[in-house]
Amino acid sequence: MKTVIDGLKEKFGDKIHKVWDGCGKQVHVSVDRVFLLEIVAFLVRDHELRFLFLAGSDTRRETGAFTIDYVFSRSSQDKFLILQTRIEEKEPRFPSLTHFLPQANWQEREVQDLLGLEPIGHPDPRRLVLHEDWPQGVFPLRKDFECSSKIPRVAGDYVFDRVEGEGIFEIPVGPVHAGIIEPGHFRFSVMGESVIKLEIRHFYTHKGTEKSGEGKSPEHLICLAERISGDNSVAHAVACAQALEVLGGMEVPLRAQMIRVIYLELERLHNHMSDIAGISLDAAFSFGASQLMRLKESLLNLNERLTGTRLLRSAVILGGVCRDISEAEKGWLIETIKKSEEDFDEIVKILGQVDSLIDRAETTGQIKKEIAETLGAVGPVARASGVDRDLRRDHPYAAYRDFSFKVPVFTGGDVESRMNVKIQEAYESFKMICDALASMPPGPVRGALKPLARSRAAIGYVESPRGECFHWILTDKHGMISRWKVQSPSFSNWPLIEYAVLENIVPDFPLINKSMNLSYSGNDR
Amino acid sequence: MFRILRKNIKTKVVRPTPETFSRELQENSRGVPEIDFSKCTGCGKCVLACPTQALKMTDCPEEDRRSFLLSRGSCIFCGLCESACPHQAIAFSGACNLAASTKAELNKKATFPLSVCRKDAAFVAGAAHPGQEKTGEAPDFSRGAFFDRLTVEESGLKLKNKIQSLFGRSLHIREVDAGSCNGCEVEVSNLSNPIYDVERFGIHFVASPRHADMILVTGPVTRAMELALVKTYEAMPSPRLVVACGTCAISGGIFQDSYSVTGGVDHAVPVDLYIPGCPPHPLAIIHGILTLLDKVPHDKK
Repeated sequence: MKTVIDGLKEKFGDKIHKVWDGCGKQVHVSVDRVFLLEIVAFLVRDHELRFLFLAGSDTRRETGAFTIDYVFSRSSQDKFLILQTRIEEKEPRFPSLTHFLPQANWQEREVQDLLGLEPIGHPDPRRLVLHEDWPQGVFPLRKDFECSSKIPRVAGDYVFDRVEGEGIFEIPVGPVHAGIIEPGHFRFSVMGESVIKLEIRHFYTHKGTEKSGEGKSPEHLICLAERISGDNSVAHAVACAQALEVLGGMEVPLRAQMIRVIYLELERLHNHMSDIAGISLDAAFSFGASQLMRLKESLLNLNERLTGTRLLRSAVILGGVCRDISEAEKGWLIETIKKSEEDFDEIVKILGQVDSLIDRAETTGQIKKEIAETLGAVGPVARASGVDRDLRRDHPYAAYRDFSFKVPVFTGGDVESRMNVKIQEAYESFKMICDALASMPPGPVRGALKPLARSRAAIGYVESPRGECFHWILTDKHGMISRWKVQSPSFSNWPLIEYAVLENIVPDFPLINKSMNLSYSGNDR
Repeated sequence: MFRILRKNIKTKVVRPTPETFSRELQENSRGVPEIDFSKCTGCGKCVLACPTQALKMTDCPEEDRRSFLLSRGSCIFCGLCESACPHQAIAFSGACNLAASTKAELNKKATFPLSVCRKDAAFVAGAAHPGQEKTGEAPDFSRGAFFDRLTVEESGLKLKNKIQSLFGRSLHIREVDAGSCNGCEVEVSNLSNPIYDVERFGIHFVASPRHADMILVTGPVTRAMELALVKTYEAMPSPRLVVACGTCAISGGIFQDSYSVTGGVDHAVPVDLYIPGCPPHPLAIIHGILTLLDKVPHDKK
């Protein structure tokens, strides 16, 4: 990272205000917002840094201005670079990066909606998070906004992008869907059966989670984090706990870190089972669906037996995990996992030979590698399009450094590739759980709690079943949580579905949607 | 084809038997907090630990009284109160069948003499919770444990007979997510897996509210979903039943204090049944629906 900092100082001189080492693996650089675009271009093009996410915060009480932090990572090095810019209150604007980094699109619009800072030069400055019935000039993430205030509705309509021409029809879908899934709106423009354009309009489940987290105690924040996306409870809880532990300089005992790996992989298993079952079901192959749902149910029962809750909630706590795994439990756990793996193996071997399923999955919903990279795809979606990225390997957390595992990468970018990535990942998870159980060192499962550092920021990250999940926590001068930004994998991946469905037929949409398996609640927060 | 058949035969029938829901499993499941009043001193530590204000306390120094209210409709079953209690008076019982048709039935109340509470070293002054004071009035709670945990077969068969007698056909349910975290969706869709397989009891999830007798609503009802929920309700033919499934749907749960949440399904549409849980166990949902159908008067048919 030193070469990057030296390069920055050499090229930009006094436009770089300050450089300092932050908590954990972070290096902070404070820059002038006027030169932001050039600096980001320099970092991304010349030093191959990868843009992860941006977090806007209202720090007017501390610094007299708003702050936006741009977080970058370097794949060759386990470090994070954070560019910090000051946005003065009297001039609430910042240069938009979307033309250069299309993945910043939704993130900048989110800052615009929730903080009232305008991205200058953004190609699509419509509302995103708050719907049109939210009044102008009210910004929930500002400190002068009371979290529990109920704001009256105003009149307003969302304007969809229109495709016009002879024989073109619009199909509106949602927010209440036909299946048992979360709410969101999809607007298809179709020509016969082919999709010409899809526009997604989400944030129906926006619950103001990030604002609710402000001022909460660390224990309560983890409870809230578990409820960002229900089926990814552990991933969010661990990411949140890790950020808090970095802020407090808390040590997590190795045994607790191993148990966290077990929980995270158990969660990956039940998620992937349900995804593959869903693909199977949407391709009308009910054998695969019911067999895998049965397997998933047995894994959920295992979770309940192990931690008391089926979705592994309240299993991860600040400083470690809630309960230890005894020697007796270890025995049946290994046995059950081995049995489930055999069971899973038998099922997926059959799935691979079913023409009716493979015919539907092959070449359906293709996402090209360039699109995946440009739009910042994460997780199995990225890995199915040939983008080799996995936080567990690239930025190891918990006890992942101690394991050897394969990161499956496929290049087809279609439903079949995404299914194969998930199948291979499930095999790795089975293996990793057994390895972790075999190599658990003795010791406590919870470290000592310490107060959070004052006026500092920290990142916690986890490769959740859906992909990279980041939690960014900023404390105020009393050591209380003043900003909590959650970059969920669904927020990164949803825009990709608009590309995946192009030139596919409408009946294939459920299949494509299921293969990406994005969380609405994780996205809307 | 042969391999599919072989696998299916090998799998056998997976419907729950007493062995699959072994006692051990039930003992390990977390369930609902129960307070042992022989150990409780009324210190108030648990109230501080609760993330959703499911535990509330009110002090009345004039009458030397401190009252506690445990609302299972707000509880997210996180277990923080259990670890916060200095006297091990709170334990999670493993029970999950808690459904009730009024919110009051979900509450549990206890009072202590304030002067005795003060003697405990762990005493927390009422002033530590300025926000709690306003929630004084507590609905009656006298039922103790709600219902015994029934096996799936038992609840299912009862349910089947009930549905037959009420509707003369199967019960059609439309699921509506009004902003949940998708935890409840995971459990509701598990109802259709081969283990629970509610279709065999005559419960059918339909794609449109126009075909539905009942809507099962999850989530705290976000600002953006409020209208969609009301419209879904209006689209149903009468008689219509509404079930609020999960803690968020009952009270807003952990999201109740947010600008973007209206705070519970009954703020939007009339609710016939509340099923607590975060998320509720599939058995709790089956049991809940049975509870509701038990209470439907025959003239509503």
